[in-house]
Amino acid sequence: MKIGREGPVIFSEIEPYAGLKNALNLGKTKVRDTVRDSNLKGRGGAGFPTGLKWNFVAVSPAEKKYVVCNADEGEPGTFKDRVLLTEYPGLFLEGMIIGAFSIGAKQGFLYLRGEYKSFLGILEKKLEEMRKDGVLGTDIMGKKGFSFDIEIRMGSGAYVCGEETALIESIEGNRGEPRNRPPFPANTGYNGYPTVVNNVETFAVVTHILVKGAEWFKSIGTEKSAGSKLLSISGDCKKPGVYEIPFGTSIKEILKMADAKDTKAVQVGGASGVCIAKSRFDRKIAYEDLSTGGSFIIFNQSRNIIDAAKNFLQFFEEESCGQCTPCREGIPVLLEGVEMLKAGECTQVYLKELLSLSETMQLASKCGLGQSAPNMFISVIDNFKKEYTLSKVNKKEKKFNG
Amino acid sequence: MAKQCAVKKKVVREGKELFVCDETRARLLPVLQQVQDKKGYISDADMQEIADSLGIHPVEVYSVITFYSFLNTRKKGKHIIRVSSCISNVMAGSEKILKEFERALKIKVGETTKDKRVTLERASCIGMCDQAPAIMVDDKLIGNMAPQGVKTIIRDFK
Ligand SMILES: Cc1cc2nc3c(=O)[nH]c(=O)nc-3n(C[C@H](O)[C@H](O)[C@H](O)COP(=O)(O)O)c2cc1C
Ligand code: SF4
Ligand code: FES
Repeated sequence: MKIGREGPVIFSEIEPYAGLKNALNLGKTKVRDTVRDSNLKGRGGAGFPTGLKWNFVAVSPAEKKYVVCNADEGEPGTFKDRVLLTEYPGLFLEGMIIGAFSIGAKQGFLYLRGEYKSFLGILEKKLEEMRKDGVLGTDIMGKKGFSFDIEIRMGSGAYVCGEETALIESIEGNRGEPRNRPPFPANTGYNGYPTVVNNVETFAVVTHILVKGAEWFKSIGTEKSAGSKLLSISGDCKKPGVYEIPFGTSIKEILKMADAKDTKAVQVGGASGVCIAKSRFDRKIAYEDLSTGGSFIIFNQSRNIIDAAKNFLQFFEEESCGQCTPCREGIPVLLEGVEMLKAGECTQVYLKELLSLSETMQLASKCGLGQSAPNMFISVIDNFKKEYTLSKVNKKEKKFNG
Repeated sequence: MAKQCAVKKKVVREGKELFVCDETRARLLPVLQQVQDKKGYISDADMQEIADSLGIHPVEVYSVITFYSFLNTRKKGKHIIRVSSCISNVMAGSEKILKEFERALKIKVGETTKDKRVTLERASCIGMCDQAPAIMVDDKLIGNMAPQGVKTIIRDFK
């Protein structure tokens, strides 16, 4: 498999079950303290502090709690979880068990996207092996009263199911339509019970933290972004693949690693992310600068950024669940707008309207899909003025609301 | 197959094992996926049967099926080829691959061959952006597709 760069955390040496063993010795509270002190933030995109999330669930008096691993990985340009799922399944599964122990969950789900169905065999086999090793099942590693098992649930080709509340709806057997947040899953999750939802990479990192400690983890990365990040690098470069980089690495450095030449722009964070122009390649991957779930798509000088924006909007049009108006109605209007820009038919006045629509979508959409769908459009307007020319003709003036 | 609900039995069997469901309703998606796998689509009769066994209205079953793009209410080809049309793939020439499939199968994207053997579709990102252009043939992910590879894939179906 293509691993472009093995970094200091995920791909560092580790003894199987060493993290779990330490966790059981430490006790529930200390495990959560360790995760909190490590400053680990979610690797799925939103970057919520993992220790805090676990604590919400742990202190709840509810009789049942659940752990869910989000392996829906649908953001265009992301494939880093694929590598963890197929090459290092033990790593994140151990992290799930550690999580279950520290919050008091008896059951976990691994929500795997439909596109990854061919990995089911590998994952089932690993789960079976872990049951034999006594790290799944009852009285795990001899710890009386600690029982936990993991069930794999498949998605069926819906990107929005990666959104945590939609994912829970899907596991409950419903249409994968996002719910209002709050309440968050940590409060009202699967079947109404407190539920921890974390990304595959987040769980994989937890295992390492439980082996090597919070201080070790904080020594990597930047002050505000501890540790490292897996990037999925694709597009115009010689060496696409999964790269583990410490937080704080600049775009320029990453482009060098991937052997990218003649780069015009980089899309960080997938279709929901932002497009960075060459003049800003000193920006860094970190929660305080460019936050990302891991997608890193490289465009060279021959590419038209408007085309990329159009591709992303087509993606969102296809994947919007259609539940709320700003997203359902806004995306097709932006898509049409991009086509007008490309054809040179968009006027200054109409462009202003499109930008105001974008703002409405960011503010009023129910979930992250609609909220981030206009990001690329705004990036293009702000940073790639050379890619389009505005029409001066007023007669074709369009209004999307009438 | 439709009459005696093989699906229902399997659910019960699984429910008895490790995974005790809190609610039968939560089994809906796995049940639908099993039927989809076995038959390639979920018929009206199947929907009725599944609804009965889970104690819900068939319309609810229908609404769930139509939400997910990998579940069908109508029969498609025996094999489904999905060409990823996400940005990394387009940049790597996925449209050429798509055209090649259209030519070789003598259908347009979205259609099924007359002999019901193959359906050709577009897909969003399939998580193979590092090996673009990539396609899905049924459950299998295939990366680094070359136009010449199209014929081999189709030949393997026959
Ligand atoms: C439209 C949409 C799609 C998402 N897809 C994923 C995904 O595929 N994988 C993932 O881990 N998080 C995804 N998320 C973020 C989740 O909602 C959630 O924040 C995350 O699973 C929490 O895990 P973390 O704290 O470990 O990052 C998505 C969010 C939105 C709005
Ligand atoms: S923002 Fe879009 S995807 Fe999210 S709930 Fe609304 S319509 Fe659905
Ligand atoms: S962006 Fe094409 S498979 Fe992911």
